[in-house]
Amino acid sequence: MAKKHLWALFIVVATLAVVGVSLQADEFTDTDVERWQAEYMTVVAEGRALWGSPDLGTNGVACGQCHPNAANTHPETYPKFQKQLGRVIAVREMINWCIMNPLEGETLELDDPRMIALEAYIAYERRGVALDPGKH
Amino acid sequence: MKKQNPNRRDFLKGAGALAAASTLPLTSVELAFADSAKNFTFAYISDAHIQHIAGDRFVRNWDRGLIRAVAETNLLLPKPDFVMFGGDLAQLGTKAELDHGAEMLAKLNYKTHMVMGEHDYYLDLGEYWSELFGPHWYSFDHKGVHFVVLNSILTYDEWTFERWPTATQRMLEMAGLDNPNGSPFMVGEKQRAWLADDLSGVGKDTPVVVFSHSPIQKLYKGWNFWTEDAEQVQALLQPFNDATVIYGHVHQIQYNQIGNISFQAVMATAWPWPYPGTYAQAEHTMPKITVPMNRADPFFERDATGWQFIDLANGRTSMTYHLYNNTNRTVAYDPAAGKPVDTRFQDVGNRVPPQTHY
Repeated sequence: MAKKHLWALFIVVATLAVVGVSLQADEFTDTDVERWQAEYMTVVAEGRALWGSPDLGTNGVACGQCHPNAANTHPETYPKFQKQLGRVIAVREMINWCIMNPLEGETLELDDPRMIALEAYIAYERRGVALDPGKH
Repeated sequence: MKKQNPNRRDFLKGAGALAAASTLPLTSVELAFADSAKNFTFAYISDAHIQHIAGDRFVRNWDRGLIRAVAETNLLLPKPDFVMFGGDLAQLGTKAELDHGAEMLAKLNYKTHMVMGEHDYYLDLGEYWSELFGPHWYSFDHKGVHFVVLNSILTYDEWTFERWPTATQRMLEMAGLDNPNGSPFMVGEKQRAWLADDLSGVGKDTPVVVFSHSPIQKLYKGWNFWTEDAEQVQALLQPFNDATVIYGHVHQIQYNQIGNISFQAVMATAWPWPYPGTYAQAEHTMPKITVPMNRADPFFERDATGWQFIDLANGRTSMTYHLYNNTNRTVAYDPAAGKPVDTRFQDVGNRVPPQTHY
């Protein structure tokens, strides 16, 4: 049995070596961390731009008109029960609700890059606040 | 239509009033001027943010807020002596927005006094607003009270006159509440000199009520809940025994007391704003005595918006917030406490969960 396992391990290692994947997955550098953070902040900046954009809806109203610095969006409380919808929802469903109603726009796909950017932005403005799912 | 109740305690709805008007508030304050002819009320509507889309289309939501405030104010009995509009009639200061807003305000059955807001001002520096409504700052006397209207949303000359390539961009930069490219509001030296002169002829026992758009306090600079020369303006008001500042801009219930000066904010008819303490990255100095308005329920588009009516009892204000989707609130000056207090919710034990903001 032990021999069989050794063979299996050898095959895995050999395969990874051939396709160029390092086994040392935890060996990332400061440069890596900076790049990943920068990637995130790029999307945050896109979200911030969308937050103030009159073009997300159809009537010129922007998210930031009611939610300066994304305040009162409470991403840390989702998923939570939204009584008017009668079920537990994710924050991006509430973002879509706002796009539909005050902005009189068309909803975004839940994995639309603009939706991810909006969510990245409101989470960034709420950084440091403890997760508290379900809170009202 | 019912006859006016001579003790003025009842605000009766007009005959044929809408069902919604049955919630019109009752004043609970006994007015106490020695001369009862001096007792009076006025109404306060603010921050309509009428927003032009294109052609003859305007944002319906904000239109409805102002239309409702005007309709309900017209139903007040006894009738208020006048109506104040507290600024930000327009969203981006255009003629289309100011005209549309003025047309709605013209349906008020009362004399209306206007306050300048930054959304009215920074496109053409208040020029068209002035054509419609008159001077940017002025004073008037009414039944023994001296009223002053300030244009408190001015800022540094460099920002106003030199920084932006177009008037439209200047307007947009100031319109974004949380925009770091904005600039702090101020009354400015010229207007402060005018105010000092205006007040020099007013007796120190005369109640003085100042209307401004920004708070004449320093609450939170990031959203311009702020007036850069607040201390200098306050210094001009402190010598008066009864001074009150009523302001818009913040779209929320706020009240405070600094020395002799009471401060009270009014609600918007358009939309509510979060309290600065809900922005996790901000330091602020909000008045500790304020019991917040309810957190807004976005599924009711008029929630956490409304208008006010005000009794001037003993030269101090009793302000009732007429809230479209919430229990009305009354914040009145308490002579014993020496500050404004909420007549129902001030005690911590009387507060309700939606008043907790986080």
